[in-house]
Amino acid sequence: MRAAAFAKRNLKELLRDPLTLFFGLGFPLVLLVLMNVIQRNVPVQIFALETLAPGIALFGLTFLALSSGLLLARDRTSAFLARLTASPMTAADFLLGYLLPLLPLAVGQSAICLGAAAALGLPLSWNLLAVVLSLIPSALLFTALGLLCGTLFNDKQVGGMCGAILTNATAWLAGIWFDLSLVGGAFRRIAYALPFVHGAEGARAALAGDWAALPGHLLWVSVWAAALMALAAWLFRWKMVEH
Amino acid sequence: MNAIQITGLSRDYGKRRVVDRLSLTVAQGELFALLGVNGAGKSTTIKMLCCLTAPTEGDAALMGRSVRTDSPGAREVLAVSPQETAVAPNLTVRENLELMAGVYLRPREAAEEVLAELGLGHWAKQRARTLSGGWQRRLSIAMALVSRPEVLFLDEPTLGLDVLARRELWGVIRGLKGRTAIVLTTHYLEEAEALADRIGVMAAGRLRAVGTAEELKALAGCETFEDAFVALAGEGAAS
Repeated sequence: MRAAAFAKRNLKELLRDPLTLFFGLGFPLVLLVLMNVIQRNVPVQIFALETLAPGIALFGLTFLALSSGLLLARDRTSAFLARLTASPMTAADFLLGYLLPLLPLAVGQSAICLGAAAALGLPLSWNLLAVVLSLIPSALLFTALGLLCGTLFNDKQVGGMCGAILTNATAWLAGIWFDLSLVGGAFRRIAYALPFVHGAEGARAALAGDWAALPGHLLWVSVWAAALMALAAWLFRWKMVEH
Repeated sequence: MNAIQITGLSRDYGKRRVVDRLSLTVAQGELFALLGVNGAGKSTTIKMLCCLTAPTEGDAALMGRSVRTDSPGAREVLAVSPQETAVAPNLTVRENLELMAGVYLRPREAAEEVLAELGLGHWAKQRARTLSGGWQRRLSIAMALVSRPEVLFLDEPTLGLDVLARRELWGVIRGLKGRTAIVLTTHYLEEAEALADRIGVMAAGRLRAVGTAEELKALAGCETFEDAFVALAGEGAAS
């Protein structure tokens, strides 16, 4: 009940923030259209919608991580969180309150991105729904990363440092813009140890109906998401009271 | 039962003692002002009483509930209006109050009651960030009142407000006297003198004197309350 009241507040704060709406919903669409235009003007297949759309849907989730991190960091720096920390709310209430509103936003964002891809020529199929569902562990992963950043840093640091690190890590290590095999070696091994590329490849597997490949990717992302969420919860709980 | 019973409360940061063996009682319905220069230990004391900072030594009980051993219980009876205006900026005035009703598991009507009580009805649909500084502070206090707390902490509630806005908030705070125990921290001596039943003066982490404004003037042998404060706080800071 307490978590629900707090989640409702956070959803309203996010939906009423123009930057969240632009970067969360608008920016991935801009990227999708831009890459599609580039593809139409080059003779070789580098940005096929089948690989690009699931990748950009994943990339868009990095902005949700930033939104959750910024919201938490602003609450901390404005003393709003101090007010609520002095209330009977528990650490679980806080984390659920920050997490719950981001899930429908993530699903909505993925659906809009894939809908736009369909308008650009991606064939319509039930697999698009599977892509949206396959991105839920990634949404949890990015939300956990955002909450970690928001717990540790102030809003300027989250917007600057965490934003740059998260968007670059996802852009370079998820294999959205290029095949990681082209680089190979240690870079590829590191990328596959991290969860980002598994999020993108899981979404591509869902789109292609490759149900055998999907569980492995989802499991990898889910383990990372659970570990980061546990770390965020522990840190948040520790920082609720100054020791 | 006293609303607040503080016994030997201390807080260290490394080797530095910020609050030193503070002992104090505040009665139910009493308005107690805590004064002190910057670094006197007021904010740390308030944070410990609000369960936001763990005490190094000692304890405090709010309506009999220890901040050390029963902080969930203590959190049920306290509310705080922090120094910085702690409102949700993109929520309307009503939504801010409804949020607090939800957090304290109170019915939605509790928000409506406070909305009317603090004269915020006209601004109910306005987003908090568009309110003036004075009305934001009023909303901040209103948010603390939704739970009908038995102990209310007002940390510098009129800081930075103009004279008219400050006097308006004084009216609000006076209206709360007798209904809930209030601990008010302020740098405005006239505010403490005008509002408080008793005043405590802190310096260098210690409570140097407690009493009514008249008692403190007599204790310091001064004509004005400002001179009394300077004498008491200055003496403590120098020791």
